[in-house]
Amino acid sequence: MRQVIFVFAYLILAPFVGALLDGIDRIISARMQRRKGPSILQPFYDLGKLFSKEMIAVNNVQLLLNLSYLVILMIAGCMLFAGADLLMVLFILSTADMFLIMAASSDSSPFANMGASREMLQMMAYEPLTLLVAVGFYLTTGSFQVSDFITREYSAVIWMPGLLFGFMFTTAIKFRKSPFDLSTSHHAHQEMVKGITTEMSGTTLAIMNIAEYYEMVLLLGIFFLFFVNSTWWSWIVAFVICAVIFFMETLWDNVSARVKWKTLLYSCWVVTLVAGGVNILILMLIM
Amino acid sequence: MNKVSKSPWLLHYDASSCNGCDIEVLDCLTPKYDIERFGIINTGDPFQADILLITGGVNSQTESVVKQLYSQMPEPKVVVAVGICACTGGIFKECYNIKGGIDTVIPVDVYVPGCAARPESIIDGVVKALKVLDEKQAAMKKDGR
Amino acid sequence: MIPFLIGIPAVFALIFPFVRDQKARGIIVYTGAGVIMLTTVVFIVRWITDGARVLMLYPETELVDHLMSVGDVVLMCLIIYMGVKYRRIVPILLSAAQTALLLYTEFTTELAERQPHMMVDWFTVLMFIIIAFIGGFICIYTVGYMKGYHSHHKEVQDRQPFFFSMLFLFLSAMFGLVLSQNMIWMYFFWEITSVISFLMIGYTRSEEAVNNSFCALWMNLLGGLGFAVAIAWMAKVNGTVQLLDIVSVGAMLPLICLALAGLTKSAQLPFSTWLLGAMVAPTPSSALLHSATMVKAGVYLLLRISPAFQGNLVGILVSSIGGFTFIMASMMAIAQNDGKKVLAFSTISNLGLIVGCAGIGAEETVWAAVFLMIFHSVSKSMLFQAVGATENTLGSRDIEDMHGLIIRVPKLAYIMGIGIAGMYLAPFGMLISKWVALKAFVDSGNFILVLCIAYGSASTMFYWTKWLAKLLCYHIPRESVKDVTRKDEYVSMIFHAATMLLLCLLLPLVAIWVVNPIVQELFGNAKDVISMSVLTTMAIMLVSIFIVPAVMFFISRRSHRELVPIYMNGINEGDNRFFTNSFGEKEHLYLSNWYLRFEFGRRHLRIPSIIIAAAALVLGFCIVIGGAVV
Repeated sequence: MRQVIFVFAYLILAPFVGALLDGIDRIISARMQRRKGPSILQPFYDLGKLFSKEMIAVNNVQLLLNLSYLVILMIAGCMLFAGADLLMVLFILSTADMFLIMAASSDSSPFANMGASREMLQMMAYEPLTLLVAVGFYLTTGSFQVSDFITREYSAVIWMPGLLFGFMFTTAIKFRKSPFDLSTSHHAHQEMVKGITTEMSGTTLAIMNIAEYYEMVLLLGIFFLFFVNSTWWSWIVAFVICAVIFFMETLWDNVSARVKWKTLLYSCWVVTLVAGGVNILILMLIM
Repeated sequence: MNKVSKSPWLLHYDASSCNGCDIEVLDCLTPKYDIERFGIINTGDPFQADILLITGGVNSQTESVVKQLYSQMPEPKVVVAVGICACTGGIFKECYNIKGGIDTVIPVDVYVPGCAARPESIIDGVVKALKVLDEKQAAMKKDGR
Repeated sequence: MIPFLIGIPAVFALIFPFVRDQKARGIIVYTGAGVIMLTTVVFIVRWITDGARVLMLYPETELVDHLMSVGDVVLMCLIIYMGVKYRRIVPILLSAAQTALLLYTEFTTELAERQPHMMVDWFTVLMFIIIAFIGGFICIYTVGYMKGYHSHHKEVQDRQPFFFSMLFLFLSAMFGLVLSQNMIWMYFFWEITSVISFLMIGYTRSEEAVNNSFCALWMNLLGGLGFAVAIAWMAKVNGTVQLLDIVSVGAMLPLICLALAGLTKSAQLPFSTWLLGAMVAPTPSSALLHSATMVKAGVYLLLRISPAFQGNLVGILVSSIGGFTFIMASMMAIAQNDGKKVLAFSTISNLGLIVGCAGIGAEETVWAAVFLMIFHSVSKSMLFQAVGATENTLGSRDIEDMHGLIIRVPKLAYIMGIGIAGMYLAPFGMLISKWVALKAFVDSGNFILVLCIAYGSASTMFYWTKWLAKLLCYHIPRESVKDVTRKDEYVSMIFHAATMLLLCLLLPLVAIWVVNPIVQELFGNAKDVISMSVLTTMAIMLVSIFIVPAVMFFISRRSHRELVPIYMNGINEGDNRFFTNSFGEKEHLYLSNWYLRFEFGRRHLRIPSIIIAAAALVLGFCIVIGGAVV
């Protein structure tokens, strides 16, 4: 029963939560730059506008691929919130991303294609760590099932601080935050126009944005798993810490400049090896 | 809620400007003027833009580009000509390669004069353009599109 | 039945040299492939109706034993002849050494009497299916492919009868290999496959082909030498040459020697060079020998003896080399733009994962390895065929030239797409095996392998995705191409694609009916490696992966849309292929993938990885030999 509620809550609330977080993010960013910033509901306005625009497209398959991206992401999220297998969730997450890459490269647009290539590179950069996170949970709880993680006596973060750090580091890629917003970014003026979303307009772009909100909530859900345990107050603590993590990502976004792809790949892989690998090694030895 | 004027995204194109107006356009993004408070984003992409903001007069090289960018923007859309060159051709009007203001190529909705146009007047022009945008959207809905 | 399985392909192989007519040859190939598949099906059905018991066959085989000794000598003579002809000394020495060692062992050691020479169990049956069906359809594919190949490569002498003959002979040898329980028999078939591979790589007789074929030969012969040493040791010390006894005795030296044989055959580092060189051969041989079956013989052997690997030095060595190969080969694949090279690297890399699983030697890993083997055989052979057909059509197998293949040759693009998706996308089969493998690696406490699989799957994803994206690029073709792929080729490729999809859909059933019994036979007990709920989730996922885009297709088709040109800074010229350059002229747009040659190029990674793997292997041998002598 609880699972069903969680899944429906995710399906219905995730886009709202995601959009709201995006709004908060934009305001915080603006305040960090001593600007007033947009309204907190700005992402909703943006979505509303995008849906009302005329449909123009460069080909006939982009919308279809974007919709598939959205739906498969929703499936991945549902699986996470239903307490299913974390590893499977991560695999499906990358399958969803594949559809986004296909959507971007479905036309021979130079900017979108370059964005798609960079997106692939970003996937290659963050993928090892996400797998290690799943392994870390497996080592601490003896199962890949999310439902088993949340009923433990102690929070998982006690055993996997290195993995938490690594995950925070690489999640900047997924949140499309600087310094890792290579394939596309929320900010204007890019070296590649809008990167992976260059050829998306109106409804197509709106769908992509909604999918990103779903993904954002999914990732925060994984952060949540690091802190939650069987006690009720741990849920509150986990919520607060997730908010703090989100704030830190925003902060990092504002204080750093975009890096080159080589720096991205190497830094992510090194962090994965040092923070994630060492953490896993220690877990393997003591567990 | 889904009024276009709540989230107008902007495409800035320099047709043949001396860069004076362009600098002023960028000024609008700085903390002092902060056009993001209107929800405006300076996107570089015609597919995602609602407002085409053009500086400088049209010359024979940029004519086709302006037309193409305009055609790549989804309806409803408005065009703002920033600076006197964009409005009429300005001091370059009689040059051999200048066609004149932007309205010689595509329909312009709002004219922002000045050399260079001041940030305040640019913002003022864009906000005026938002009204036109809403009207166009309403007209579009009426047509049942 | 069993003599028929081995005999029928061999008989067909004998027919081909006498058939010079294209059409007649095509008919014979179809009949041959059909008969082979039919016999296999009949055999399997009869075996299952008999209760699917493990059969031990042929205890008395004096005559055949002698025939095989003669066969070994003939093979040696052939190798020596070729070696002398092309002035290569290493293969001659290796071949002479191992044959001499084997004959000496055979005639001087007393072996236990009345031991079975052949065995039929689930694993054998699985290999039968792979060999008969994938092999059979590849033969059918070859009929069409070779016509196209020779009209495309005029400079190559037409030796098709020889080629077909070798294909069928190879099938026969593979049947023999997977049936053998006696290692001397197995060695005989093993050598035949090595030699056939050598002959096929040298098909074009160009200088490159000859060099590569000898490279393949000496590496495989080195493995053969390992095999021979293992046989000699087992015969001298334990008085048996049964494969099962390797596991029950568990002596380290024969184990590492057999591991060497398996590693060379399945082209693991440091021996992966030969498989890359083998890509000069016509595509059917790449599909059949160098991805679907022959290289699987190496992992087959390793899996057979994998229970003996559990928790000892050889096991650690084998699994480390496998994991290392998995990650290095997948990184090197990134820098390749030749379709067949990518496939070759990916084959090496996937075999690495299987070898890694075999080296751990636990139930779960073997389970995952068998699964990987099934899926890899089907999808890789399909991909090879699709690339071969594309090469005949486009005149190039460069991935860059496959830009927008979905518009130009849609059928081939779909087949290739299914193959690629099968290789890495969730929830296709390869992924579930990866899931199990990862879990098993963690359970066995092998930290290095966990890291290998984490990084390796990331780089695997990169090279497949960029290929897939290239295929699906919507692009108005510069010049239209005519699809010259023949019906024979499509028959085979469509069969493979259908099998792939069916395998994914029927994944739970495959797990219960085929893979679980294999694990049970190898280990004596089987636990459910993967719970039913996970499998069901997978099946649901799979359906949704197909249904979602299909439904979305209909939804998105309803929406009205205006098509506009792509964004190229407003300087497009007409269609999406040209833009205005700074001289005001039309310029052609050219898009290229990322290859990261300076980071992941073969030049940078090949030598270090070979050195590391070789050092590990040498170290392992030193320790084992030291332990055996002391």
